[in-house]
Amino acid sequence: MRNRTAQFVMAAGMIALNVTTWSPSALADAATDEIAKYREMLADGNPSELVAAQGEELWKVKRGTKNATLEQCDLGLGPGVIKGASAQLPRYFKDTGRVQDLETRLMTCMETLQGIDTKELSKTKWGKGEMEKMEALVAYVVTESNGHKINVDMRPAQMKKMYELGKMAFFYRGGAMDFSCATCHGQADKRIRLQDLPDLREHKGAAAGWGSWPAYRVSNGQFWTMQHRLNDCYRQQRFPEPLYGSDVTIALSVYLAANGNGGPVLTPGLKR
Amino acid sequence: MKKMITIAAILAVTPMDASFRSKGIVDKYRMYQLDFQKACSQDKDPSKKVMQAIEAEQLTTIRYPADGKYFGDWKQGEKIAVSGKGLTWKDKTPHNNGGGCYNCHQLSHHEIAYGTIGPSLLEYGKQRGNGEEMVKYTWGKIYNAKAFNACSRMPRNGDAEILTEQQMKHVMAYLFDPNSPVNKK
Ligand code: HEC
Ligand code: HEC
Repeated sequence: MRNRTAQFVMAAGMIALNVTTWSPSALADAATDEIAKYREMLADGNPSELVAAQGEELWKVKRGTKNATLEQCDLGLGPGVIKGASAQLPRYFKDTGRVQDLETRLMTCMETLQGIDTKELSKTKWGKGEMEKMEALVAYVVTESNGHKINVDMRPAQMKKMYELGKMAFFYRGGAMDFSCATCHGQADKRIRLQDLPDLREHKGAAAGWGSWPAYRVSNGQFWTMQHRLNDCYRQQRFPEPLYGSDVTIALSVYLAANGNGGPVLTPGLKR
Repeated sequence: MKKMITIAAILAVTPMDASFRSKGIVDKYRMYQLDFQKACSQDKDPSKKVMQAIEAEQLTTIRYPADGKYFGDWKQGEKIAVSGKGLTWKDKTPHNNGGGCYNCHQLSHHEIAYGTIGPSLLEYGKQRGNGEEMVKYTWGKIYNAKAFNACSRMPRNGDAEILTEQQMKHVMAYLFDPNSPVNKK
C-alpha cells in the first residue's frame, strides 16, 4: 500500500510539471488527455479500492436500532440497484419530496431502513466515526458507476428549481475576498499556481470536474466525497461553512451534473 | 467592520442563508453581500453605468500611505506574494495573511508556479517605470482593485483588511525595485 501511494505521488508530480509546458492547442485536448491519464494511473490500481471494499462490507452489515442492512436502499433505480445509480444522481425522489445527492440519499436509507440517527453527521469530522463509514459507502457506490455516463434527469420541476439555485450560488460573490465559484471556475484554461481549474459553466469542464468526483486525493492520502470537495472549495472561497447535505451543496451538484450531462463518469477519481 | 452598514440585505431564511454556519474566524455574516458583490454575481458584468458607479464609490475607500512612502523591502514582499494563507476557517487569526498574488499572477523571472487568473506582472517596474502616477495607480489597485474594474476577480487587499499598509509597501517594492526578481533576471 505504501509503495503504491509513492508511485501515485510521482505520477501526480509529473503531471504538475507537464502543465507548465502545455501549449493552448494541447489544452484543447485536455479532456481526452485526462481520460488517458486516468486509465494509465489506474493500471496500478486505485487506492479507493480499499475504501470501496470496506463500503461493500458495510452495505451488507446489520446496523442501527432496526438491525438491518442497506441492501434494500433505493438510490433511484429501485431497491438494491447500485450499478449505474450514482451516475444518475442528484435526482428528485418522490418518497422524500426532495432533490437528493448520493450522500443525502444514503442518509435517508440509513434512517428509514436501519434507524441510524444521521443528524450527528454534520458535526462529525471528515474521516472519523460515522463520517468515515459514509465515505466508505460512497466509494463503494460510485465505483459501480465507473464507465457510465453522467445522466441526471432534468425533467422534474424540482430539478429545474435546484439548477437555478445552484447557478445562483455558483456566481454568488461574498466573503473577505469577494470570491464566488466563478472567480476560480468561470473561465476557460485558467489555473491557480500550477493547479488547473475546470470551467464549470461549460459542458467540457463540468463533465471533467463533476465526472471525476468523489476521488482519492494522493497529496493527503484521503478519499473525499463530493460534499467534502465542495466544503473545501467554500473554505478556499473564504466563506463560512456549508452545512453537510444542505440545499446549496445539492443545488451546486445539480448545476455541475446537469452541465456535464452525457460526459464520462470516472469514479472514484484520482487527484493530486 | 466599517463595511457592515453597506451590507446589501440581510434576508430572511433563504436557501443560501439556511445552508451555512459560522466556523472558526469566519462568521456567518461574511456570506451576506456588499452592494457591489451582489451586482457582480452574474455570469456577465452589470451595465457600464452600474460599473462606473461602483468604481467611483470604491475609489473613495483607498487610503494612500500617510508618510508618503510607498516602498518597503522587496524580499519581504516576495514572501507575501507567494503566501496564499489567511482568512479561511482553518486560520487562527484574521491578522496574519498572505497576498496570494502568485495564485493569479506571474511575477518573478524565477517562480514558475504561478496562476493565470490575472495578467502577467513580470518586469512590472521595468516596463512601467516608477513615475508618481504609475506608483499611485498600483497602490490603489492593490488596495482596492474594484475601484478600477468593478467586478475584478482580484481581492481588495487594503479595503478588506487582508494586508496591512506595511505589507502592501513590501509588495510594492517587489513590483518596482530594480533588484527584485520581478525586474532583474
Ligand atoms: C479560491 C479558489 C476556488 C474557489 C473560490 C472555488 N474553487 Fe473549486 N477548486 C479550486 C482548486 C484549486 C481546485 C483543484 C483541486 C484541489 O484543490 O486540489 C478545485 C476543484 C474543484 C472541483 C473538482 C475539479 C476537478 O477536476 O477535480 C470542483 C467540482 C469544484 N472545485 C467546484 C467548486 C465550486 C462549486 C465552488 C463554489 C462553491 C468552487 N469550486 C470554488 C479552487 C477554488
Ligand atoms: C484571485 C485573483 C487575483 C489575486 C489573488 C490577485 N490579483 Fe491582481 N489582478 C487580478 C486580475 C483578474 C487582474 C486584471 C484586472 C482586473 O480585472 O482587475 C489583476 C490586476 C492586477 C494589477 C494591475 C495590472 C495592470 O496591468 O494594470 C496589479 C498591479 C495587480 N493585479 C497586483 C496584484 C498583487 C500585488 C496581488 C497580491 C497582493 C494580486 N494582484 C492578487 C487577479 C488577482
